[in-house]
Amino acid sequence: MFSAAAAGVGVAVTAWPFIDQMNPSAATQALSTTEVDLTPITPGQQITVMWQGKPTWVRRRTPEEVAQIRAIPNSELKDPQPDQERVQKAEWLVVIGICTHLGCIPNRDNSGEQGGYLCACHGSVYDGSGRIMRGPAPLNLAVPPYAFLSDTLVRIG
Amino acid sequence: MASGPSTYTPSNGLMRWLDARLPIVRFANDNLLTFPTPKNLNYSYTFGAILLYCLVIQIVTGIVLAMHFVPNAALAFNSVEYIMRDVNYGWLLRYIHMNGASFFFIAVYVHILRGLYYGSYKDPREVLWILGVIIFLLMMATGFLGYTLPWSQMSLWGANVITNLLGALLGTDFTQWLWGGFSVDNPTLQRFFSLHYLLPFVILGVSVLHIWALHHVGNSNPTGIDPKGPQDTVPLMPYYTAKYFFVITVFTIFFAFVVFYAPNLFGHVDHYVEGNPLKTPAHIAPEWYLGAFYAMLRAMDFNFLFIDSKLLGVLTMLGAIGILFIVPWLDTSKVRSANYRPVYWWCFWIFVADYAMLSWAGLQPAGVILLQTGVGADGAPTGFSITHLSQIGTAYYFAFFIIIMPLLGLFETPRALPESIAQAVLGKKRGGGAAAPAGAAAAPESRV
Ligand code: HEM
Ligand code: FES
Repeated sequence: MFSAAAAGVGVAVTAWPFIDQMNPSAATQALSTTEVDLTPITPGQQITVMWQGKPTWVRRRTPEEVAQIRAIPNSELKDPQPDQERVQKAEWLVVIGICTHLGCIPNRDNSGEQGGYLCACHGSVYDGSGRIMRGPAPLNLAVPPYAFLSDTLVRIG
Repeated sequence: MASGPSTYTPSNGLMRWLDARLPIVRFANDNLLTFPTPKNLNYSYTFGAILLYCLVIQIVTGIVLAMHFVPNAALAFNSVEYIMRDVNYGWLLRYIHMNGASFFFIAVYVHILRGLYYGSYKDPREVLWILGVIIFLLMMATGFLGYTLPWSQMSLWGANVITNLLGALLGTDFTQWLWGGFSVDNPTLQRFFSLHYLLPFVILGVSVLHIWALHHVGNSNPTGIDPKGPQDTVPLMPYYTAKYFFVITVFTIFFAFVVFYAPNLFGHVDHYVEGNPLKTPAHIAPEWYLGAFYAMLRAMDFNFLFIDSKLLGVLTMLGAIGILFIVPWLDTSKVRSANYRPVYWWCFWIFVADYAMLSWAGLQPAGVILLQTGVGADGAPTGFSITHLSQIGTAYYFAFFIIIMPLLGLFETPRALPESIAQAVLGKKRGGGAAAPAGAAAAPESRV
């Protein structure tokens, strides 16, 4: 009994470095925040920055867009969440531009009624808050952790 | 490991000395020369040899490609182009390796379907079958990993879709562990290369076990009845080795035709565009040999009980492979060969067509409407789509294993089996057919 347990612990302790080496390395971890200067972004415009190797959108929404987005009732949503909970300032949307279905990158789709996004891979439609409206994706676009360092500077991560 | 007693007698003193210390010549003699094989094996039984041939081709071409390939996200794509343009005969080596994967899968599909047709997985060949399914799984993993190496749009996004699938099952901590980062990136490519190099040798090892199991129980054969003595068998050499040489030559002609005249036949244009993490190609297609599994994944666009559609898709896809492991216990019929099972014969060929259809469907863009019946609110056509077709295909795939296989054994009336292999072979030669009904009762098999 005891020797089996000791051997088990020994194997686990030996195996761990071989397993853990596959996790993100210190160098990769070190690149895990990104700062974005907001001054060049005009109302209605969106830029894509890379955060942890993931395309992340910073979009400056117009008051009309915000009004339109907030008019969508929660009951119409697959993954209900009010827009207010998804943004820190109504004007600025910060989301990870990776479809929650299988990881494609949706495109800005201004033709859509929500001024949102369409994922061409399997047809998921998101609104201007990155919330899933239709299609196979189960969840809203993820909101990364971020903080406004000043009115014109955001740190993601 | 060969079935039956060894027939080897060392020819001189030196061989006797060696035989007493390392009986390697005896081993080769018993397994490669005198190994008794049923007289009536047809060409579908030569695909095992073809598979071994394919594995050797992949390993040899792979090792030389690895001398020029650079497993780095910034350099990989260019290094493949460098292989294609500048390395002496690099184009040939890459095209052999690239198309070799496709031909490997053509051969493995024939080999597996042969097994399903002739009931090769039944007692006593269950372990042999399971080892085969493991090889099939390893081949799919190797093919997928290899496809990511050129770091093209297809490589990058294929890797994205597949790793995200596993993430649906095992969570983000797992995907980050798999990626070595927060997205598919350089660390991912490097480990995929390492594993792509490793797995073929694991396949080689499992193949040794597979052939060991085969030589322990002996080949099955088209009648499904066991050889009753030497009159039913011939030695492997020269009878089947001659057949292997012929069939490998024919296989190589087709293979060479594709390599030289249509090297991108199985390919996709986006595989020649360098990977861009900011832009998804309009349509991500897996390689053709994974198409059926991809179709089953996408077919699950609905939630089932508490399982959401994404997880359901993953479970369906994994289940489609997993179910192969238990086939020996799902099939309740004691008759092995479909030649003597009139109903199973039909179910089998429908299954083949079903699998081909799924493979095709998996390569099409998901939403394509095949039969338009109307127009949706947004003006897009609605009707019978690729997804619906895939759902039907998926349903039959599982029904074949879970419903048809267990039930047919109970309700099907098999045809009369011949007395022996020799009789089946000679009976045919006389043109008469083996008429004498043997042990098989002309009633549903009685189950004990
Ligand atoms: C089971 C056997 C194998 C299969 C099914 C397989 C499959 C593949 C596939 C599908 C590709 C992508 C080809 C392309 O699209 O360009 C590939 C690439 C590659 N494979 Fe393999 N492979 C096998 C064995 C090996 C071995 C043993 C090595 C040895 C190191 C190797 C080294 C490479 C390299 C360096 C590449 C990248 C260059 C290229 O894309 O042509 N492969 N493999
Ligand atoms: S990945 Fe976006 S819909 Fe499938």
